[in-house]
Amino acid sequence: MQNNPPILEVRDLLKTFGAVVAAKDINVDISKGEVVGIIGANGAGKTCFVNMVTGYLAPTEGSIKFEGKELIGLETRKITHAGISRSFQVSQVFHSMTVSENLMIALAIANNKGAQALSLMDTPELRRQLDGVLDRYKLEDHKDSTVSALAQGVRKLLDIAMAVVSKPRILLLDEPTSGISVEEKFDFMDIVMGALKEDGVTVLFVEHDMEIVARYVNRVLAFYQGEIIADMPPKKALADKKVQEFVIGKEHHKKKK
Amino acid sequence: MVGGSVVEAALTILLDGLQFSSYLFIVSAGLTIIFGVMKILNVAHGSFYAWGAYTAAFFIGKFSDMGLPDAMGFLIIIAAAIIVGVILGFIIEQGILKYMYHRDEVLIVLATFGLFLVLEDIILIAFGTDPYFAYQPMALLDAVEMGGIVRDVYGLTLIGVAALVAVGCWWLLNKTKWGTLLKAVIFDREVGIAMGINVPLVYTLTFIGGAILGGLGGAYIAPTISVAPGLGTEVIVLSFAVVVVGGMGSIAGAAIGSLIIGILRAIAVHELPQVELFVVFAVMAVVLVFRPEGLFAPAKPRKI
Amino acid sequence: MFNDKTAKFILLAGLVLCIGGAFAPNWIVNQFMFGFARALAILGLMVLWRTGLVSFGHAFYFGLGAYAVAILDIELGVTDVFLRLLAGAVVAGTAGFLVGFIMRNYRDIFFAMLNTAISMVLFGIVVKTESLGSTDGFAISMSTILGFAPESKYPLFVIITLIGLTSALLVNFYLKTTVGKLTTAIRDNEIRVEYLGFSVAHAIHLKYTISTILAGGAGALMAMSLGQVDPESMINWTVSGELVFVTILSGPGNVIAPFIGSLVFEVLRTYAFELAPQAWQLIMGATFLTIIFFVPGGIWSLLEKLGGKKNAK
Ligand SMILES: Nc1ncnc2c1ncn2[C@@H]1O[C@H](COP(=O)(O)OP(=O)(O)OP(=O)(O)O)[C@@H](O)[C@H]1O
Ligand SMILES: [Mg+2]
Repeated sequence: MQNNPPILEVRDLLKTFGAVVAAKDINVDISKGEVVGIIGANGAGKTCFVNMVTGYLAPTEGSIKFEGKELIGLETRKITHAGISRSFQVSQVFHSMTVSENLMIALAIANNKGAQALSLMDTPELRRQLDGVLDRYKLEDHKDSTVSALAQGVRKLLDIAMAVVSKPRILLLDEPTSGISVEEKFDFMDIVMGALKEDGVTVLFVEHDMEIVARYVNRVLAFYQGEIIADMPPKKALADKKVQEFVIGKEHHKKKK
Repeated sequence: MVGGSVVEAALTILLDGLQFSSYLFIVSAGLTIIFGVMKILNVAHGSFYAWGAYTAAFFIGKFSDMGLPDAMGFLIIIAAAIIVGVILGFIIEQGILKYMYHRDEVLIVLATFGLFLVLEDIILIAFGTDPYFAYQPMALLDAVEMGGIVRDVYGLTLIGVAALVAVGCWWLLNKTKWGTLLKAVIFDREVGIAMGINVPLVYTLTFIGGAILGGLGGAYIAPTISVAPGLGTEVIVLSFAVVVVGGMGSIAGAAIGSLIIGILRAIAVHELPQVELFVVFAVMAVVLVFRPEGLFAPAKPRKI
Repeated sequence: MFNDKTAKFILLAGLVLCIGGAFAPNWIVNQFMFGFARALAILGLMVLWRTGLVSFGHAFYFGLGAYAVAILDIELGVTDVFLRLLAGAVVAGTAGFLVGFIMRNYRDIFFAMLNTAISMVLFGIVVKTESLGSTDGFAISMSTILGFAPESKYPLFVIITLIGLTSALLVNFYLKTTVGKLTTAIRDNEIRVEYLGFSVAHAIHLKYTISTILAGGAGALMAMSLGQVDPESMINWTVSGELVFVTILSGPGNVIAPFIGSLVFEVLRTYAFELAPQAWQLIMGATFLTIIFFVPGGIWSLLEKLGGKKNAK
């Protein structure tokens, strides 16, 4: 694994909002096929990191390279075209449309770039792809429901499914299990991670739930006040003093409140 | 003499501009307050202006026919603004807008456009299509000579009224408890609710207050013009230009916007009449392109 | 599938209208001409409305189209229907394409207001410019059709109907393409559209340009139907308001809706004006409020409900 050139190289990333430092001295290499868990207390800078990798926020300083190509300065859609996708902490879907319509649009855009955007959207080929996605993400039962009427968990699945149809090589998931009940969370993650493993996607996911982290990732990045304070395998990370104090301790504190 | 005439021309432009700015400001202040607090871009505001003008002109004429002293005109102007503002403001806010607050901002604009059409015609039904002339208060105040030019005093008092409105708004917003509450609602409606403010009441009062200002603009200008159909149509786009230039929701912005547009228009009227309307909207478009939030946009809460 | 039905219906309606028009009395033909001319502009505004954009200034393009016809007539003596229509659409579309570079970054009331500002700039220029007809405007000579000077209004009616329905078919097709489908989606969530890999700005620019071409064509056809142009009834902001009014009245449901809505508007206006000349705006305003409050899907949604009951599978 170490021998391959990294698929994502992050160098000296800095992001400030006035006096708030949301990211500082971030240096990470991600290899192809890794499943990385990003942990950290509220406001640690996790979402900010995801936003910068996907071009939604411009870093104050630093460089992010994907397969050797600089991403800084590219718009989000160019980064999507390059092969990086994401899901959102709060689902970003088309709330007045049905699940099928949401996915059809996602599929159509993934298939038709540029001038092809003027070709018909609803084709038999697209329908076939739609059925495939509905099947893999267990969304068949909801395909004709309007999003605003869906349960939180289904919305999250849809959010992730929409991110995946462009066949990204890196997928960033921002708190995939937030808003999902304790009983369902493993089933949910099994669906998602199973589908992603089939495609060999490199996954980075932000997560507050340490059980999920322990079960699905092979590497942990712990954020504290915009900095990475630990970068190690999950077993070691969860036992780490610093991580316990600045991440897990804070999580417990949060849960009690 | 030549030098004198240049000074006179400049003074005329300045005073014309100030007068024009003043009435624009009175009307736009109402529009911008309503927008600032309620996020409603109220097209029907033009009708408040027209209603104020018609009501004042009608009663000034009536009182004069009855042989009452012309000085009553000033009372009538103020009464007309208040009556129009309270009645129309209350009916519209409670009867229609109240049910729209959860809807899209643009849809509310459209609803106020529907209201505008309705109110324009009720004016015609109530007052007929013949123009009204209510020159009495203006005749009463006579004219003065200043710097070599003759101005009617009534027009100059308009500047005073605008200044009073500006100071009044400033005082209300910055020096009273009411103003503090209002500013909380302006900054963020949710914060206002969380602070225990009776937001529905604030909305109703704000709308009535804004409507009174709209009516006052019309009532005060009535003696200087022929009050005829279509008054509100022109005023509403002009006030849109003013609040857009100044920054929607800002009183200081409305003042600056009125000054810029009023004085530019006065210059155009005197020096290049062909561009009189063009400059106003060109400035509006340019500001929207380069500073869409206006020159004096109020601070916004961060939503993410 | 439903959309195929739409296309068939449009073709059938075109046939019926063109034949029916030959026997219809003059005043009905007139109502249809005005209605369908305006419907062209509504078609474009409908595309924007679906995207969540309302322009309070499309009279700018409507007026450009109308005045293009007038000026070509006066300066060059161009009378051919198709040349006039082309001129109106090209002038407005070019302006719309250029303005679109700015407009595509605007939303909500800023979009509405910037359009208003631009249309009022044109209004201000025309009203004060003698050579552009000032407040009086111009009379326009009768249109000819490929060299023939028709004796009745019927041929112009047929042309307007065919152009209207062709545009409806084209827009119907557009709405089924990938960019065309990005209407509600953009209204719902622009961030997601960008993340899916499509530029929202480009999509809106295209929609805006389409709407301005259609508005220009509408203005040209209206100028030809009326035989005159003037700023008050072609460019002032109230005209933009009227266009938005008809858009909401029609409803965004289907490309046929603008045609039905515009006809209803013409009839409503004619009757309201005859019944109560002092109160026709009142009737229009009240209708508008009723639609906004109780029938957000416009006339089309009412028809759909009626049809839905009959065609229940
Ligand atoms: N657009 C912004 N403007 C100003 N400050 C911001 C902005 N976005 C994020 N921040 C700040 O940056 C810091 C990191 O925020 P971020 O959203 O990345 O946290 P997070 O780790 O994702 O937390 P959570 O677990 O709550 O999602 C916070 O202090 C936040 O207030
Ligand atoms: Mg976050």
